[in-house]
Amino acid sequence: MNPINSKKTPLTFDTIEPGTGLAAALTKSRADIIGEVAASNLRGRGGAGFPTGTKWNLAAAARVGEGHSKYVVCNADEGEPGTFKDRVLLLDYADLVFEGMTIAARAIGATKGILYLRGEYVYMRPHLDGVLERRRQAGLLGAAILGTAGFDFDIEIRMGAGAYVCGEETALIESLEGHRGEPRNRPPFPVDTGFLGQPTVVNNVETLASVAAILSKGAAWFKAIGTERSAGFKLFSVSGDCTDPGVYEFPLGITIAALLAKVGGSNAKAVQIGGASGQCVPASQFGRTIAFEDIATGGSIIVFGQGRDMLHVAKNFMEFFVEESCGQCTPCRAGNARLLDGIERLERGECSTTYLSELLALCETMQLASKCGLGQSSPNAFVSIVTHFQDELLGRTAAQAH
Amino acid sequence: MLVSQQQKLQDDIRSLVGTHGRTRAALMPVLQDLQRKYSSVSDFAMQVVADELGIHPAEVYGVVSFYAFLHHEPRGRFQVRLCQTISCDLASKARVARQLENELGIAFGQTTPDGRFSLEWASCLGMCDQGPALLVNDRVYTRVSPEQVHQIIEDCRRVFGAHAVQQVHA
Ligand SMILES: Cc1cc2nc3c(=O)[nH]c(=O)nc-3n(C[C@H](O)[C@H](O)[C@H](O)COP(=O)(O)O)c2cc1C
Ligand code: SF4
Ligand code: FES
Repeated sequence: MNPINSKKTPLTFDTIEPGTGLAAALTKSRADIIGEVAASNLRGRGGAGFPTGTKWNLAAAARVGEGHSKYVVCNADEGEPGTFKDRVLLLDYADLVFEGMTIAARAIGATKGILYLRGEYVYMRPHLDGVLERRRQAGLLGAAILGTAGFDFDIEIRMGAGAYVCGEETALIESLEGHRGEPRNRPPFPVDTGFLGQPTVVNNVETLASVAAILSKGAAWFKAIGTERSAGFKLFSVSGDCTDPGVYEFPLGITIAALLAKVGGSNAKAVQIGGASGQCVPASQFGRTIAFEDIATGGSIIVFGQGRDMLHVAKNFMEFFVEESCGQCTPCRAGNARLLDGIERLERGECSTTYLSELLALCETMQLASKCGLGQSSPNAFVSIVTHFQDELLGRTAAQAH
Repeated sequence: MLVSQQQKLQDDIRSLVGTHGRTRAALMPVLQDLQRKYSSVSDFAMQVVADELGIHPAEVYGVVSFYAFLHHEPRGRFQVRLCQTISCDLASKARVARQLENELGIAFGQTTPDGRFSLEWASCLGMCDQGPALLVNDRVYTRVSPEQVHQIIEDCRRVFGAHAVQQVHA
């Protein structure tokens, strides 16, 4: 299906027979389904790494309003720069994703599911609509799923419209409700007060596909992969200066050096892990591991080769955040613009060390005082580039300007 | 706008509200479908949508102005969006950008005088392993080289000549 061959390693998802996870779930009680997911130690694949079992437990316990329903939302807004693994999952493993949503619905008692698909992926719509229709025909969606009385659940697709911040779960819900995609204050959390004020589980595409795999093969199988605190396999979206960009699967806990060797990027100068909101890691730290206990990521790996100008990289990231900030709170709205201005001063060779320290203090304020994850993490790339590549940044002359 | 065009737009909106529901949560799908058909959401359209959904037009405007893929100002029949984010940047998107400007004779943010093409920047399109990437309406192009730009534009022009209806600037 996928017109573009992006898969560079075999995926474990290839070995999961669609339908087996849901069938296994239907032999269990709701509490046991959640227990299985919790026992696998699966943590959210969307970036924040919240334990999926815990999230489901909260939603299962939450009360639904009279005449309302609980919701399962699949977050397919995939907007983090350098991330495209969900594209591959939606094109080649859509059944597993929808199966994961169905299992979640069973677990928390939801009757409605929504796939929030980013506007840029509208070309996938016919394919995904087709898969949903096929699942309805096969009794995998709709009333009394697989003949289970009282288990009614269907999935609707809703499109995003070109706003990165709508990947943030409360902004996503605002968007679904027909509002500007401005993040809400949390608490209350979506598991309690989500779509239309009802308990809502929001999970990443990969998290949900992983759930289908876990129910199919068992929590112990999943937990045996990866590290103690970071269970399982993970998809990585690899781009930038390497010979073989694409989607890779590795167990969590892999070192950056080992990953670079597999993708043909061993000679790298630095790697951006976690996209624009992640951090830039210099070659001297390639021994570090990619795992929740060391460097956590939703899977975006961008490789920078030897000749790359790190200030130019920092500028591109900051332009992204200036563009994508929702503007609702001052630390983020004004802070990102200020940092971009600082980067432009550095570019012109007009930034004193004192001013640079002030910018770093501003970064700290933004990390602490911003309302949502966008503003809290937008300074990360700049801070890590200043920390590791300061010699490249100061005293630049016109000849270096891009 | 002609009265008949206004009527047509009104009918379209009522039919969309019929499909998506007369609720606030239907606002985005209604606007997205309108945008797809008319390339932008005009003042008049926003007023009608607001009336149909029972909300203030300023609310509709607030939503249209928030999302990069919804437009208030008229746009070209073909909206060309080049990814400006890091991986495409590393893959020399700047040269593709220059050539797009050359072929279309407009700068980023502008629409050709014949109303056929708009040129815009986009944030990461999720095609980072095969940049530079661009979207023309719903279609994605990857590993675009400056030499290919002419052909991409020509393909659009052919489609336009073949069966495109004259665009309605509602
Ligand atoms: C600015 C911003 C953008 C985000 N974008 C996404 C996204 O595109 N996809 C995603 O799954 N999570 C995204 N998240 C994280 C979500 O808020 C949420 O944590 C996630 O969908 C939960 O799913 P998980 O627990 O399965 O990872 C984003 C967060 C922030 C702050
Ligand atoms: S941190 Fe930024 S994106 Fe998040 S709410 Fe504040 S302004 Fe909006
Ligand atoms: S950076 Fe251009 S598609 Fe992701």
